[in-house]
Amino acid sequence: MENEGRERRIFLKGVVAGGTVAVGSVMPQAVQAQPVGAAASTTPATNLPAGYTFLTPDEGVFIEAVVDHMIPADQFTPKGTDLGVHIYIDRALSSGWGKGERLYRQGPWKQGSANQGYQLPLTPSELYRNAIASCNEQCVKQYGKTFDKMAAEQRETFLLGLQGGKVTLENGPPGRTFFAMLYQNVMEGMFADPMYGGNKDKAGWKMIGFGGVVAVHQQNVVKYLGKKFPVNPLGIADMS
Amino acid sequence: MATRKLKEVDAVIIGLGWTGGILAKELSEAGMKVVALERGRMTTTEADFQVPFVRDELRYVQRQEMMQDAARDTLTMRNTQGQEALPVRRLGAFLPGEAVGGAGLHWSGGTWRWTDMEFKARSMYEGRYGKAYIPDDNFVRDWGISYAEMEPYYDKFERTAAVSGKAGNLRGNVQPGGNPFEAPRLHEYPNPPLNPILACQMFSEAATKAGYHPFPRPAANSSRPYTNPDGASFGGCQYCGFCQRFGCEANAKASPHMTVVPAALKSPNFEMRTNSWVTRILKDAQAKRVTGVLYTNLLTGEELEQPAQMVFLCSFTLNNTHLMLLSGISQPYDPETQKGVIGRNYCYETRTAANMFFEGKEFNPFMSAGGTNVVIDDFNANWSFDRGPLNVVGGYIMSAGHNTNLPIGNRPVPRGTPAWGSKWKEATAKWFGSSMSISSSGGTMPHRHNYLDLDPTYKNVFGQPLMRMTFDFKDNDHRINAHAAKMVNELAKSLNPTFMSAASGEKQSWSVIPYLSTHNGGGTSMGTSPADSAVNPWLQSWDAHNLFIMGASTFAHNGAYQPTGLVGALAYRTADMIKNRYVKNPGPLVSA
Repeated sequence: MENEGRERRIFLKGVVAGGTVAVGSVMPQAVQAQPVGAAASTTPATNLPAGYTFLTPDEGVFIEAVVDHMIPADQFTPKGTDLGVHIYIDRALSSGWGKGERLYRQGPWKQGSANQGYQLPLTPSELYRNAIASCNEQCVKQYGKTFDKMAAEQRETFLLGLQGGKVTLENGPPGRTFFAMLYQNVMEGMFADPMYGGNKDKAGWKMIGFGGVVAVHQQNVVKYLGKKFPVNPLGIADMS
Repeated sequence: MATRKLKEVDAVIIGLGWTGGILAKELSEAGMKVVALERGRMTTTEADFQVPFVRDELRYVQRQEMMQDAARDTLTMRNTQGQEALPVRRLGAFLPGEAVGGAGLHWSGGTWRWTDMEFKARSMYEGRYGKAYIPDDNFVRDWGISYAEMEPYYDKFERTAAVSGKAGNLRGNVQPGGNPFEAPRLHEYPNPPLNPILACQMFSEAATKAGYHPFPRPAANSSRPYTNPDGASFGGCQYCGFCQRFGCEANAKASPHMTVVPAALKSPNFEMRTNSWVTRILKDAQAKRVTGVLYTNLLTGEELEQPAQMVFLCSFTLNNTHLMLLSGISQPYDPETQKGVIGRNYCYETRTAANMFFEGKEFNPFMSAGGTNVVIDDFNANWSFDRGPLNVVGGYIMSAGHNTNLPIGNRPVPRGTPAWGSKWKEATAKWFGSSMSISSSGGTMPHRHNYLDLDPTYKNVFGQPLMRMTFDFKDNDHRINAHAAKMVNELAKSLNPTFMSAASGEKQSWSVIPYLSTHNGGGTSMGTSPADSAVNPWLQSWDAHNLFIMGASTFAHNGAYQPTGLVGALAYRTADMIKNRYVKNPGPLVSA
């Protein structure tokens, strides 16, 4: 049974990859030329070189599609990839965290109850690697195409299903566990300090009015009691 | 390679947080040769907590930089005995620290004086409600200490830790603006309260209107420049908003690394060894004493034996119990026979909260300190709050304010808001600065079936069994939480928010995610009988008179207050006893 599952999966991976090649035009944004606007950025420290350190091309287009779906361009911020959230996730996955730092990794492995927390034998980067492939398999099966080529409504339905445990990743890791990590990482990419590759131009912080890494508020806490603080948030790189 | 045996010292201290630091300073100043073994590394404000690098939510909160490394050592957990315990693979509900300073580096600074309502809990409740009031499976008991004997040590810790607050009861006279339910104190706090923020003011008004007694949370966040009695310099708090989980660049948040540890290091009698992991306390079974400790130098892998006349177990509360179980000094607790003492009376904390959203209000939640909160104690230290109709032992404090509301982890939106997309962004943008919460915090009572023992399956990096936690909230805890939710919601509604997500009083089962509280208590609890406690009221082991266990693991139950005020005071009290009494005539201080 196990072997059958694995072979089927290898086969499907081939289909997915083939699909990408066949269309030809889908390249991860990270390997495309930078958009013109980026060159004019006022904060060079957040301009990380394009290119992925962990994600494969197929994984890259999946993550880009997810972050642009979750963080669309609107009056609040540019879209997720324009904030560098995909870059943030790629860097996180190749960091110590992504490789299982501070994660107890000894077996035996049991599913456990929800109260017992994360119990998979996978590091975050291993979880992504397996789950993205499984998600795309599931999308091909359900919608006839990989996630990045699905319409917005289909993406929404799929992500809600993953979040709520309604989408099962056959032969893959638990979809809800993957979603929880993916969602957390998207939020980190939007709101962590820009030096990690996301939250470009502190757009996430500006959106909510977060004060950034300002060192002193001893006067402000009195002066702005109950009043809006005029935020022009600084990041770590701005003060270094 | 054979274990290298070192020269005997007067005292060896395991773990260099608040209690280890206090003992190190007091005993080395008194002329004793003291060695402290800390598994983490050295920390200094200058090297580790500089702006802007210290202002990194991802690094210190989500990635847990200053916390115990679960890959090396964690524990297993289950809710009930029937389940199989599984490892806490990534820390979540509670966060032990790992460095010189311990959890004292990353706390918020809440510093309370626990009262006789905790120390004499069983007699007070039985006296008022009768012998049958407390069910058999609730192990609450008297601790064997009193507020009166703790008062000078509370005062000493408050002065060491630069606590900001307002006295509510000075020598029996109730003071306006303070906590009228606190027990009498001889002196004011060393520093005035922190500046109030909008959420504090709104909660104060609502609570006063409802007939309660709000006061600023006493906190070891120095509200002004201050020099403590040991000569440690504090800067005034900058309300930077990065407090809980963070080191403080201003030295405004009291921490062992900038107070008691450097004070101890001034003495030639004190030696600190970092990267030193104690794997066992060595016991001389015949003599009913311990002889020292076995530890590994993490920089070389070498195993060493450090003999000592006295051993002070001062690690994080859960690790204290773990090391006692690994060392086999006292009998582990067995819930079936109800015999044994190590792992017994393990307790935790209940919390519930209401989120409120106010159109047009500006809270500036990022301008806050660890202690910018207002509290009411009307349902905790207030003995005229009649528990009889609720059928509970214990109570809860209720508070509001902002403390470390950072954007990755804290972006409240009204219930029903989508989790992503433009609608989510709109709500997040609108409410980040316009929301506040009211929360409750209650202790839990010790229960026959909540306990700690060694796990049969999983091991740490030294091949030693992990500790196994069997814990869930029990009926007494549920009833306290249900009452708390009701009262929280009443006050929240009275503020007339635009939207409100009510506090839940539903029965809850404990989960290892998300974060709940690092106020774990019990496991090596104190008491007046060796049949049900690990240490006597001087925190001296019943089974080895030269072994002393410090910290919240000695609490006989967990109250509603944060633990550190009592943890610090107990350490000062034991230090005095050692200096004035024990060293003159070593032996059991209380006859069993």
